[in-house]
Amino acid sequence: MKRQSRTVADRQAKPLTRLVLGLLTWIVVLVFFFPVLWMALTGLKTEPTADTSTPHFIFTPTLAEYASVWKGAGGLNGLPPYLEHSVLITAASTLIVLLLALPAAYALSIRPIVKWRDVLFFFISTKMLPVVGAIIPLYVIARDLHLLDHVQLLIILYAAMNLPIAVWMLRSFLLEVPREVIEAARVDGAGLLRQMRSVIMPIISPGLAATALICFIFAWNEFFLAVNLTTVNGATVPIYLVGFVQPEGPFLAHLSAAATIACLPVLLAGWAAQDKLVRGLSMGAVK
Amino acid sequence: MVNVVDSAPPVPKVRTQRAGQPGAGPWIRRVPLVPALLFMFVVTQIPFILTLWYSFQRYNLNNPTAPRDFPTFWNYQQIFGDHVFRIAVLNTVLFTAVPVIASIVFGVGIALLLNRYVFGRGFLRTLIISPFLVMPTAAALVWKFTILDTTFGVLNFFLRPFGLGSENWIGVHSQLTIIAFLTWQWTPFMVLLALAGLQSQGEDLLEAARVDGAGSWRIFRSITLPQLRPYIELGVVLGSIYIVQAFDGIYVITAGGPSTDTTNLPYYIYETAFQAYDIGRASAMAVIVVIATILIATVALRVVSSLFSDEGMAGR
Repeated sequence: MKRQSRTVADRQAKPLTRLVLGLLTWIVVLVFFFPVLWMALTGLKTEPTADTSTPHFIFTPTLAEYASVWKGAGGLNGLPPYLEHSVLITAASTLIVLLLALPAAYALSIRPIVKWRDVLFFFISTKMLPVVGAIIPLYVIARDLHLLDHVQLLIILYAAMNLPIAVWMLRSFLLEVPREVIEAARVDGAGLLRQMRSVIMPIISPGLAATALICFIFAWNEFFLAVNLTTVNGATVPIYLVGFVQPEGPFLAHLSAAATIACLPVLLAGWAAQDKLVRGLSMGAVK
Repeated sequence: MVNVVDSAPPVPKVRTQRAGQPGAGPWIRRVPLVPALLFMFVVTQIPFILTLWYSFQRYNLNNPTAPRDFPTFWNYQQIFGDHVFRIAVLNTVLFTAVPVIASIVFGVGIALLLNRYVFGRGFLRTLIISPFLVMPTAAALVWKFTILDTTFGVLNFFLRPFGLGSENWIGVHSQLTIIAFLTWQWTPFMVLLALAGLQSQGEDLLEAARVDGAGSWRIFRSITLPQLRPYIELGVVLGSIYIVQAFDGIYVITAGGPSTDTTNLPYYIYETAFQAYDIGRASAMAVIVVIATILIATVALRVVSSLFSDEGMAGR
């Protein structure tokens, strides 16, 4: 997104109006950001400072709760095995998505088939059908195939969840490859693979990265399929989070530390690639 | 100007292979599509067919050997007499419509504020997208235990000076809680869409309007809002697709309660299938949901289709 200089409205506004609007912007944004900030702060407290009815805003930060989330404490498991499952499932499903989506997007953009529009809308229509409509057979099938609570199951399902988005996104990026460049490469005798490798890929690699980022966000944060189809051996980070909540005893700092770790990968990736987010979330419609 | 759907090149009508273009035949063009289509068909369509099949059986995992009486309409009869199902339908509408509208209002408002020159604008933009990136399960837990909790929640602490310090948000204002949570989650998405829309409007037009003496409100209504319209419509369609399936927040914060106050269809189907183990009845509900979704999605798809091919969907 382009960084704008002062707009007409800005130049004409009175200094006082500008100040008030500026303050309002800060307040509104900070209100929306507050839960995230509060989560990170509470994670840096000790249990006795966190579990009070008058919250402490000034305290000595400690990484103790982060350490105990990592190692596991008080009969609770540590986070690492769940983190491993999440990383594996997210990475593998994203890889599958890209491998399936790239050829499909190619056949819907650069050398489109006759009914490309129907196919494109078939993909998107699968996103509109609610997951609850499929969860019961998925559970029964997975049980019969002994796939319940296995990472493979979520890898396949997350790939299916993200494939339509990836096809739409990659198609919008492929449409930006200048036709003349491909044509020129073909005239020079470059085969399909050669065109792909040396002409198309370099141009769309930012698009490929943006697509992977969107797949990563959705797979990492997914909960419904994970909670119904996994318990321990294939369970992801969100399952770990809801699993250890026990309303007895102080646990707010521990919970917040775990939640912060769980959110950090997507937050960092999203912040770093924020100019790519709109395009991904709108499946390529908005640049 | 970018047309996402319509900018594909005209498809050659020739069905035979053209000389000098090896692999240009129509059938070979389809080959790259086969793996993706096959995969989507197997993983998403076959389960739906099975859902339909189960919905005509008396199938309960608590009693797996009982006769299933296939085909039977028993499940459907149960659902139409079930007042919780009606509540769940209404809650689903409530928990979709209100958050979508509210997040669009907040989203456009914040985008208008952020589109001006503000000290630290890049930083604020980074902060505002965070609620959308945060894992919904984690956010829901943090809301429930550290923010909304009657005793330990920081919200009641902030409200204490206003005489509202002991409000039981989750237990009493459960619907408001869920609506607020979903709105908070989805506002950043609408901010991003609205910002993209605002940045595609020409400064010259605004300048001209201002020279002609149009006030801020007039400019917003007559120039900015029409410009934003396709972006808002896209926000409604995409937001609804995702929010109608809201599950994480409800599961964590209210577990559908108190009683059935926050039970929406996804949550009710989950309860029926995975707590009552009534596969048949849950499947019948799922079938009804899918049929309703298809009806609504047909309309939505038409909107999307016109949006994506419309020249209005432009960006920079």
